[in-house]
Amino acid sequence: MRVLAAMSGGVDSAVAAARLRDAGHEVTGVHLALSAKPATMREGARGCCSIEDSRDARRCADVLDIPFYVWDMAARFRDDVVEPFVAEYAAGRTPNPCLRCNEKIKFSAVLERARALGFDAVGTGHYARLDGGLLRRAADPDKDQSYVLGVLRPDQLDGALFPLGDSVKSEVRAEAAARGLVVAEKPDSHDVCFIPSGDTRGFLAERIDAAPGEMVDPSGAVVGHHRGVHDFTVGQRHGLGIARPAPDGRPRYVLGLEPVSRTVRVGPAEDLDVTTLRATDPVWLVDPPADAVACVVQVRAHGGLAPATVRVDGGDVEVVLDEPLRGVAPGQAAVFYRPEPAGDVVLGSATIASTGR
Amino acid sequence: MTYLDHAATTPMLPEAAATLTEALGRVGNASSLHSAGRRARRAVEESRETIAAAVGALPSEVVLATGGTEADNLAVKGLYWARRAADARRTRVVVSAAEHHAVLDAAEWLAGHEGATLDVLPVDAQGRVLPETLRQVLAAHPDEVAVVSVMWANNEVGTVNDVRALAEVAHEAGVPFHTDAVQAVGAVPVDFATSGVDALSLTGHKLGGPVGAGALLLRRDAVCTPLLHGGGQERDVRSGTLDVPGTMSLATAVRAAVADVERRTAVLTGLRDDLVARVTAEVPDARLNGVPLDRPGERLPGNAHLSFPGCEGDSLLMLLDARGIECSTGSACTAGVARPSHVLLAMGLDEDLARGSLRFSLGHNSTSADVDAVVEAIGPVVERARRAGDALAHS
Repeated sequence: MRVLAAMSGGVDSAVAAARLRDAGHEVTGVHLALSAKPATMREGARGCCSIEDSRDARRCADVLDIPFYVWDMAARFRDDVVEPFVAEYAAGRTPNPCLRCNEKIKFSAVLERARALGFDAVGTGHYARLDGGLLRRAADPDKDQSYVLGVLRPDQLDGALFPLGDSVKSEVRAEAAARGLVVAEKPDSHDVCFIPSGDTRGFLAERIDAAPGEMVDPSGAVVGHHRGVHDFTVGQRHGLGIARPAPDGRPRYVLGLEPVSRTVRVGPAEDLDVTTLRATDPVWLVDPPADAVACVVQVRAHGGLAPATVRVDGGDVEVVLDEPLRGVAPGQAAVFYRPEPAGDVVLGSATIASTGR
Repeated sequence: MTYLDHAATTPMLPEAAATLTEALGRVGNASSLHSAGRRARRAVEESRETIAAAVGALPSEVVLATGGTEADNLAVKGLYWARRAADARRTRVVVSAAEHHAVLDAAEWLAGHEGATLDVLPVDAQGRVLPETLRQVLAAHPDEVAVVSVMWANNEVGTVNDVRALAEVAHEAGVPFHTDAVQAVGAVPVDFATSGVDALSLTGHKLGGPVGAGALLLRRDAVCTPLLHGGGQERDVRSGTLDVPGTMSLATAVRAAVADVERRTAVLTGLRDDLVARVTAEVPDARLNGVPLDRPGERLPGNAHLSFPGCEGDSLLMLLDARGIECSTGSACTAGVARPSHVLLAMGLDEDLARGSLRFSLGHNSTSADVDAVVEAIGPVVERARRAGDALAHS
């Protein structure tokens, strides 16, 4: 096949490209330039959008002896990932930009362009498995990225290749070193790639007008003030800025965000427990379930799993959890996996709109 | 392989490569006093005389440098500093909107760090700076302009300016005039003395010489503050140990290229006109940017710059590259990301059309087979790039 390997400049995508080439594909490396004004050098372990990262990707392509180009996707990334990210926070929800980037950039804009240019597939360094059209968790449970790929439609997965799905990270690093790829020891990237400082609050504060309001506890008492609901995410404990401890001395958590009334609801940990979810815009990798179906639902990128029953309700999805989950933030994806023992197969996903206790 | 990116760098002429490799084995610092030093000095001075003779300058006007970027920086900054030092009112820098970044960014640096005010001269739809435009800017700021820099020939669209007329206008206002002639020397007739310019940049690797060897031609009476301080070489304007092999090879290349201009102009014009005619026959909505082909002398003979509506330039480049055809989308930035060209935008192209542009630049070893290869590939390549453009627009 003719394969376009998306190369971020990190170790995973470099090894993925190498494996695709070794598998006999005709591979072309492409680095996606996602920032209109990339920094010259990478900052710590954050981001993948600096010119240094682009150069790392190029050096890996040199070692693999594959053609390499840089595609300017900055405008699309701004429109489809960064601006919705800001808008979601402003609306009191907690977005996942990696997931959005997979859905809108890597396996939409890039895949469509690649197909038009004569490529058969886009290969990436994601840790996930594709198995006869089914998306499955990776062999490495710590690195599994099926959650951030769970939003892809079947036609998108049809054009995807994930050559790292059967490997654990340490193997990938060792393989990179053995292949002479300079990025073998490069630290994993963390946080949001377009906020290299790691200061999400500061990033949002520059883009969202302050909308001060009250912090209210379950009794209705005003226990503090804030400068905007976008500063918070459901389940957050630190940085609430409440001077007075709760009467029972127990820590307070963000329970809910109400942007219209500018209210941040806070309370004890047990009030974070939710037992039902309503999620919108579902995507199914299997036939949409006609009846209630048992599954395991995952509600954030790391952790947040519970057995549940899912039922399609109009255009939405109703999820009833078998056991309560804590810190379920509207705006995150709910990804549905097959129940154990075959629990590594993705059935579909939807965006969490609301939760119930 | 079809190499049509000679404006980026052109293969070394065999005689220039021979000169270089032969000289690399010799020892001698041209500033040393012993016989090895004298031999090195003699080789440099003979090379200097060769370069001077080829471009109508005096040997003492040849300031050797590492290439176009250094020569441009030295001229723009050095002439600015010297003129401002002589007359504190002169703090304006005038450059054209179509300049290479080596001039544009040097001028912007002066504005950002040296208190200069930058005047950018607009270009017309064909990329030319009209003398009248320069006259107006100079008249608007009498006694305030320190230096004017307008390129001889544009690296992207190949437009040749009337440098002599522009230099005359600058001199009427008492302002020194620099021209970036990196694309011009060896491609069109260039005579330093009759052009009237005060400073002219040239570089080896655009005319068949080595990368890393170039020169600023600087009139004997031009006052220029150095960028590099040290041993006082090159009239004390450009310190640094002279690159003897590079200079010798540069001289060989300049002499050969200049001697061949007339013949090569005829050959390249023929190939280029053929390429444009046949590409536009294959892709009827492709448009030629720059000066029309029926005005030879106003356009570099080896330059064909075309826009393909609905295509991304980097898609076209990648598809052609896969077929063994090497060309350029214009000027690339450090990250290798194709941004719409400032030259095309200055000429009034919209951003989409600017992004969908390719530069084919022919050179001394180009053949009709190269043109055939482009003509054969361009139809399917444009069709495919257009589908990719549509996909991007609708995904």
